[in-house]
Amino acid sequence: MATAISGTGTTSAGFAVLWVAIKREPWIFALSTVGSLLFGALTVADAWVLGWSTDHVVLPAFRDGEIGSGLLWAVLGLFVGVAILRAVGIVARRLGAGIMQYRMQAHSRRAVTRQYLRLPLAWHQKHPTGELLSNANSDVEAAWGPIAPLPMAVGTVAMMVIAVVQMLLTDMVLAVIGLLVFPLVIGTNVVYQRLAQGWATRAQQLRAELSEIAHESFDGALVVKTLGREPEETERFRAKAADLREANIRVGRIRAAFDPTLAALPNIAVLFVLVIGVNRVVSGATGAGDVVTIAYLLTVVSFPIRSIGWLLGDFPRSVVGYRRVAAVLSATGAMAYGDRPAPAHTGGARLEVEHAAFAYTADRPLLRDVSLVVEPGKTVALVGATASGKSTLTTLFSRLVDVDAGAIRVDGTDLRDFEQGGLAQLLAVVPQTAFLFDDTVRGNVTLGLDVPDDEVWSALRTAQADGFVAALPDALDARLGERGTTLSGGQRQRLALARALVRRPRLMVLDDATSAVDPEVESRILAGLGGSRDGRGATSSTTGMTLVVVAYRKATIGLADEVLFLADGVIADRGTHDDLVARNPDYARLVNAYEAESAEAAR
Amino acid sequence: MSTTERAPEQTHLSTGEDIGAWATIRRGVHHSPELKDGIGWTLALAVLASVGQVIVPIAVQQTIDKGLRGADGPDPTFTLWLALAAGVAIVVTSWASYAMTARLFSTAEHGLATLRVKAFRHVHDLPLLTQNTERRGSLVSRVTSDVDQVSQFLVFGGLLFVVSVGQMLIATVVMVVYSWQLALVVWLCFAPLFLSLRFFQRKLAAAYGTVRRQVGALLSAVSEPVVGATVVKSYAIEARTQERIDVAVEAHKAASTRAQGFTAFSFSLGGISAGFANAAVLVVGIWLGQGFAWGEGITAGEVLAFAFLVTLFVGPVQMGTQILTDAQNAIAGWRRVIGILDTPADLVDAGPDGQSLPKGAIDVRFEKVAFSYPGGSEVLTDIELVVPAGQRVAVVGETGSGKSTIAKLLTRLMDPSRGAVLLDGIDLRRISESALRSSVVLVPQEGFLFDDTLAANVRYGRLDATTDDIVEAAETIGLGDWLAGLPDGVETRVGQRGESLSAGERQLVALLRAQLADPDLLVLDEATSAVDPELETRIGRALDRLMTGRTSVTIAHRLSTAEKADVVVVVDKGRVVQHGPHAELVGQPGTPYARLHASWVRSSGSGDPR
Repeated sequence: MATAISGTGTTSAGFAVLWVAIKREPWIFALSTVGSLLFGALTVADAWVLGWSTDHVVLPAFRDGEIGSGLLWAVLGLFVGVAILRAVGIVARRLGAGIMQYRMQAHSRRAVTRQYLRLPLAWHQKHPTGELLSNANSDVEAAWGPIAPLPMAVGTVAMMVIAVVQMLLTDMVLAVIGLLVFPLVIGTNVVYQRLAQGWATRAQQLRAELSEIAHESFDGALVVKTLGREPEETERFRAKAADLREANIRVGRIRAAFDPTLAALPNIAVLFVLVIGVNRVVSGATGAGDVVTIAYLLTVVSFPIRSIGWLLGDFPRSVVGYRRVAAVLSATGAMAYGDRPAPAHTGGARLEVEHAAFAYTADRPLLRDVSLVVEPGKTVALVGATASGKSTLTTLFSRLVDVDAGAIRVDGTDLRDFEQGGLAQLLAVVPQTAFLFDDTVRGNVTLGLDVPDDEVWSALRTAQADGFVAALPDALDARLGERGTTLSGGQRQRLALARALVRRPRLMVLDDATSAVDPEVESRILAGLGGSRDGRGATSSTTGMTLVVVAYRKATIGLADEVLFLADGVIADRGTHDDLVARNPDYARLVNAYEAESAEAAR
Repeated sequence: MSTTERAPEQTHLSTGEDIGAWATIRRGVHHSPELKDGIGWTLALAVLASVGQVIVPIAVQQTIDKGLRGADGPDPTFTLWLALAAGVAIVVTSWASYAMTARLFSTAEHGLATLRVKAFRHVHDLPLLTQNTERRGSLVSRVTSDVDQVSQFLVFGGLLFVVSVGQMLIATVVMVVYSWQLALVVWLCFAPLFLSLRFFQRKLAAAYGTVRRQVGALLSAVSEPVVGATVVKSYAIEARTQERIDVAVEAHKAASTRAQGFTAFSFSLGGISAGFANAAVLVVGIWLGQGFAWGEGITAGEVLAFAFLVTLFVGPVQMGTQILTDAQNAIAGWRRVIGILDTPADLVDAGPDGQSLPKGAIDVRFEKVAFSYPGGSEVLTDIELVVPAGQRVAVVGETGSGKSTIAKLLTRLMDPSRGAVLLDGIDLRRISESALRSSVVLVPQEGFLFDDTLAANVRYGRLDATTDDIVEAAETIGLGDWLAGLPDGVETRVGQRGESLSAGERQLVALLRAQLADPDLLVLDEATSAVDPELETRIGRALDRLMTGRTSVTIAHRLSTAEKADVVVVVDKGRVVQHGPHAELVGQPGTPYARLHASWVRSSGSGDPR
């Protein structure tokens, strides 16, 4: 699919795009072309049937005053037969072209979205949602647009070739004059493609930007509404819509000039043939009949030229769309995976971070040199101020991004050595902002994993989500709106937690994953997770699991065997909570803030 | 809270599917008045352009009759003048064709840009519930690709259809002049086509309606791995996600192919009808010529001439049917856009009659307020609440108790099902939207950020805020250090949805926004849940200053906020169960507040956490 289309000119690039489609769907293309040829042949046959009927039926009937009913039936049969066959040709042509076009769209969409799934997070962060939606929708549509007029154009080329041969056989001189129309047609096309290409590119880019504004603005609808910023948002959209409008009008004007010019060229050629032809008749070089024949054949040629014009007219937009799609398909930088499967062990996994460093941009290192070890079955709390790099560290654990330096290992295996999907079998990270899919509760929890409902319920119970799920109209089958907007923040977080639990990970990382849950519920969740470590209230989904929690609340910190204090991109201190409170004033200030506050308030 | 079932008819966008084709066009034109601009001229140009088609046949005809077979032999001079005249005519009619298409592009694009913008604005005016239940991809497709479909039709279809119908009528008149009997025969042959057209139009309308819907579904499916990239990757569910997309891609392909099948079939009917008409004209012509039926006899020449007339009729008919079938795709798109405008923005702005709020702290009153989602049970029941101007209220309660709903009613994201919310004694529904939005500000739990700089995001709170204003506001609420620590300060780009910042930092931006907006009533919905305790208490102190001179309602689950409020309101199962200062409530053992407080103390409170 990612075939690079060569050719600097739009016309050759446009044909290259079509060639990609023909190679991909040769049979459907053949079917629609045959349909088109059938249509062309039967259009000619129609004239023949009229001629035959005139000679054998109409004229004898009027001459003789009577006619056999057999012949009348023959007339009816011939006309209807030709019409039906021609209809078959039309259906084959149009349906064939449609099927080919929609199949190519589907191929491209599958390829583009596979690429979205394959490319790393860093790539996603550089490409706005609206643009990616546009790549998969309007760019794909644009790329394969010329397939619709293609069979018609191919079919009429045959008609054109026959006409041209006939012209050459009739009168060489007049034919050459008539055929001068072809270089003019090519010249007109070159000028058109040159003029239209720039604006078509701009229009397609603007389509993507408009889609981006709409997507972002609807995503932030709550902010827009509560701050009363509808007029400003509308203005932002209006400005872009106006740009798109202008670009479309420019493309339209160029197109508006192209079509009638192409239509006029053969007509002008006919006039030349008439003038020169009459002169040649006077000089005796040509017969009168030949002039008429050539003029007629030229008008026959003018229709194919127009239908080829429709094809070429779609080229600029198609080439732009194809190139935008190809840019996605040729994007590199997919995350490399090793070949190590997830080990078949049960029980907690050992997590090891060795001199890990990471930065999104070189001037702002987020993690400078982080080293830590979490032994199997242990619980470690990761504590740090807002924006100290805790979440970044958790994204390294799930390999959403890779370390710039150092290494992270689970059970001694470097994360980068796991096969694709291997890491996900033993490790689950629950992020602070829960993303839910437009699916049922069950679908959101299992994410396609084949687990019985009682395990789903068990995970929901541990996540303290069983209550509100049971109260939903269809319980596990209740559909959550897109991104779960029908649920509250705390409910979404608990579903995300259940999603991790149901997989029975050997290592679970909670990135402040219960921040929107109220304390009472949170403490029950933690009891469910924590209880299992020493056998009390153990739930099957959490037995022996290694746990890393990013936390602020003391109840959460209290679960931990060890506390790691992250500051300035390094582990600034580690130890038990009591030790850290006693010896590290920064840590104490951070975790004791509420008490200090209460104490102050009490004074 | 929002876990109740909703009646779909109340919270979904109108699909527009109940609007007929003509009504769609009429209302589409109504929404885009530009489409009518200069339509007379455009039509005149269209007529002129269509004359172009007969120039060459006439020129050939004249050359044969007068240039070649003239009385005095071939006449080159006449032919030259004829060709020059025809050449000029071709240039003129080609220009007319260019001018017509260019004008159509211009009016169509102007009209559609207006429609796009109207629909976009209307999406923002829809009730929150409707916004939340619609898929983003579907909303986006309505203001982007659905509109694009209409454009193609307006430029290449609409006017051509009118011209085709005109040509068809003229051809009919000429046929009647030649022989009314044969004209009748032709019409009878086409009658099944014309009659079945309605049936096909309905089929096509449904088929293309499905196509447009599938485009929306496709965009939604594609947006999942794009927006939810982190979940997809960290759970390695690429295969499952791809499967969901593939299903949408296949569904779109199937729907498009089906629609194309109808198009091809209904288009081919025109050709079959033409075949019947040709045969019937010959057969009936012969019949008439033999005097079997009414009227005077008809000659062989007339019958043959009529056969050519039929082609003049068939051409426009086929063109017309093709346009009609292609139009269904455009109309399906048009319907969906109009469907947005048809969905009532049910929180009606009081408009020019709306009252404004006096500057200064606002007093808030809930009078017997009840709320239920459409078709669901009550989330809030008989809420009575009085917040005097300048008071700080904390609303607490378990998850799902309905406390966030109070925030939404207070900021008029939703209207109560019963009772009234009054600000300064005025019913919220009678306050103008602009007055409300400038006086009341909600800071939600998940502050959405736009893919722009931090400064641009903060300016959503106050449009004319300068960089100095922003820095000063940050200092005021104790965020100066944080702001200074960002790589590019206020010019730092926040990434899509603000994802370059941490969840806690996004909340800080939302607070900064609120600070600049300078509201008289501040509603905080768990606005600092994601920041660390030290920062939260620091912000808490700053918020104290921010709240001075204003009324504030804080929805809180960290009870540290409640401790500092003037009054705590405890919500349980949709009712206010306790009301009073923290010190008073906490001393009532066995009450919901005492229970909440105890658990808060356990999780974060004093002493050894173990």
